[in-house]
Amino acid sequence: MPEEMVESKSATEKPSTVATPVIQVENLHKTYDLGEVQVHALRGISLSVNAGEFVAVMGASGSGKSTFMNLIGCLDRPTRGRFLLEGQDVARLSKRELAAIRNRKIGFVFQGFNLLARTSALENVELPLIYSGVPHQARLERARASLAAVGLEGRGEHHPSQLSGGQQQRVAIARALVNDPSIILADEPTGNLDSRTSVEIMEIFQRLNEERNITILLVTHEPDISRFAKRVIMFRDGKVRWDTEVEDRATASEVLATLPVVGEEDDPEEVKA
Amino acid sequence: MDLGAVLRVALRALARNKMRTVLTMLGIIIGVGAVICTVAIGEGASNQVQESLRNLGDNIVFVAAGSVNQHGVHMGSAATKTLVLGDAKAIAQQIPLIAKASPGVGAAAQVVYGNQNWYTRIRGVAPEYLDIRRWPVERGSAFTQREVDTAADVCLIGQTVVENLFGNEDPVGQTIRVQNLPFRVIGLLSSKGQSPFGNDEDDTLIMPFTTVQKKIVGIDWLNFVMCSATSREAIYPAEQQLAGLLRERHHLRPDQDDDFIIRSPTDLAEAQAQSGRIMTLLLASIASVSLLVGGIGIMNIMLVSVTERTREIGIRMAVGARGRDILRQFLVEAVLLSCIGGAIGFGLGLGASVGITKLINAISHGSPWPVVISIPAAIAAFIFSGAVGIFFGFYPARKASKLDPIEALRYE
Repeated sequence: MPEEMVESKSATEKPSTVATPVIQVENLHKTYDLGEVQVHALRGISLSVNAGEFVAVMGASGSGKSTFMNLIGCLDRPTRGRFLLEGQDVARLSKRELAAIRNRKIGFVFQGFNLLARTSALENVELPLIYSGVPHQARLERARASLAAVGLEGRGEHHPSQLSGGQQQRVAIARALVNDPSIILADEPTGNLDSRTSVEIMEIFQRLNEERNITILLVTHEPDISRFAKRVIMFRDGKVRWDTEVEDRATASEVLATLPVVGEEDDPEEVKA
Repeated sequence: MDLGAVLRVALRALARNKMRTVLTMLGIIIGVGAVICTVAIGEGASNQVQESLRNLGDNIVFVAAGSVNQHGVHMGSAATKTLVLGDAKAIAQQIPLIAKASPGVGAAAQVVYGNQNWYTRIRGVAPEYLDIRRWPVERGSAFTQREVDTAADVCLIGQTVVENLFGNEDPVGQTIRVQNLPFRVIGLLSSKGQSPFGNDEDDTLIMPFTTVQKKIVGIDWLNFVMCSATSREAIYPAEQQLAGLLRERHHLRPDQDDDFIIRSPTDLAEAQAQSGRIMTLLLASIASVSLLVGGIGIMNIMLVSVTERTREIGIRMAVGARGRDILRQFLVEAVLLSCIGGAIGFGLGLGASVGITKLINAISHGSPWPVVISIPAAIAAFIFSGAVGIFFGFYPARKASKLDPIEALRYE
């Protein structure tokens, strides 16, 4: 459909519109050269993700989904193929340019939270803004707003070690959000969390997706979790095996209501929402 | 990434491992401390030499009546009668490189005041002598050319003689006796302390040379001429010209030895100062080797720190840190380490040099050593330790900046 848009370089800085897919990959290949052996991690992926989509990426380990996520996250470059992020061809950018793309357009949420230890939640959330050169005062304001968006207002001074797993993951989501990215990449964000907390995290993702129209790509092993997404892409042997809409989509806030309340870390804000 | 944020991050990283930070700094602390200490003490020593040089007088060239070889027998300097007033006048008039010249006669005699007596050195000189020696009169006044012309019975008195003859009494205006002749004390000489050669300069009486010649020793020749050259550079050529002039005036044949000795204590002391400076330089360069070792220590710890914080580097890169942001962060950390170490080392070095100077002053007598706080040395130490940080911090920082974000994030 958007053939001429893809071709035209003027579309590079265009904000995400319905017409331009946030992610468009064509025949994406990634081969790791390990000396004697060549590992074909991706063998020609073509797909596009539009703004406001909520995609669950599934697949066994070794299926290539992690490689795919690394490419989408601009942490790595493809061996072959095209990757357009908001119409901008990022497949051939230099490392420095990729860093800038990661900084402004991508928010990462990891399984292991990956917060800086012995650093306050606020400073963790502030981190991407430091690298985009936002002045101190504006940094603080935006970081606070971001923490509030995940229901952690007033917890800014806590260090990761003083927060529960769910809270740490919410700090990580706040950090991913703070630079107002085009896309949030979540790599098994619930992998280290109990089921109730997992649903709470999914509730945040759903809310951000609905209310702010943020595009979310979420890697998960659990079919239960994938049901919160709108679309599921299954990887196998470096290819897309199937790619389908979620039919019986679950709403996290409804699921939460059916779950018994455990632990003390429930946040009134969040239960209300 | 603004510098404030970089500094905060670096300081926090250093504060996280206080013991390690201090141990890492230790090399720099010791290095800078040792350099500052040796330079301070060396400068103090050289200042003291300069001080005693100045104390000695104004570019002094000293002509003494010298030993003559008469038929194979060396006669003492006092035996030489060839150095006369005419020579002193000729030196002052005919050698432009000599600014001032004072004829001089030396003697040693018993000095009596009341029931006290003291054996001291008597110098008979012209009024210029005090200028040449930079030796002001503290109280009373110096004698004038008129008193020289009349061989007046006046004298200036040194502080040591005053202590021994007068105690706390004011000597100016009193009359003392030398060889039973009365001399009026017209001035008290300021204290000059020890000469660079260890003599007590204050143990002396100074009189018009005519008075000493006629009334104390009974001679009509001179023992020495005290001259001052127009500048330090003029000393050596002035010596050459002096020698030529005196040989001519004394009608010495080319095969005859000089009947005088020319000496320049300034040269001597200058040589002494020079060797002191070389020693300081040597010690400082040895001390600066430990700065190098300290730098290697910093590199070592920074490498450890990069490995330990691989995951942190990965996180920073994932959220958009460029290679140079990471490079800068680790470089700032290394420079901070070495500069804080340098500052502490500077403080300790200063403290040590004050302590050592005090110790030297307590042990040795004579004019006290000054503590020299050398601003250039301080700046140099600071810049040098910063440079050590940059030099040895660069490799680890570069290593950190080259990490692959995917690998770094996976690092356990």
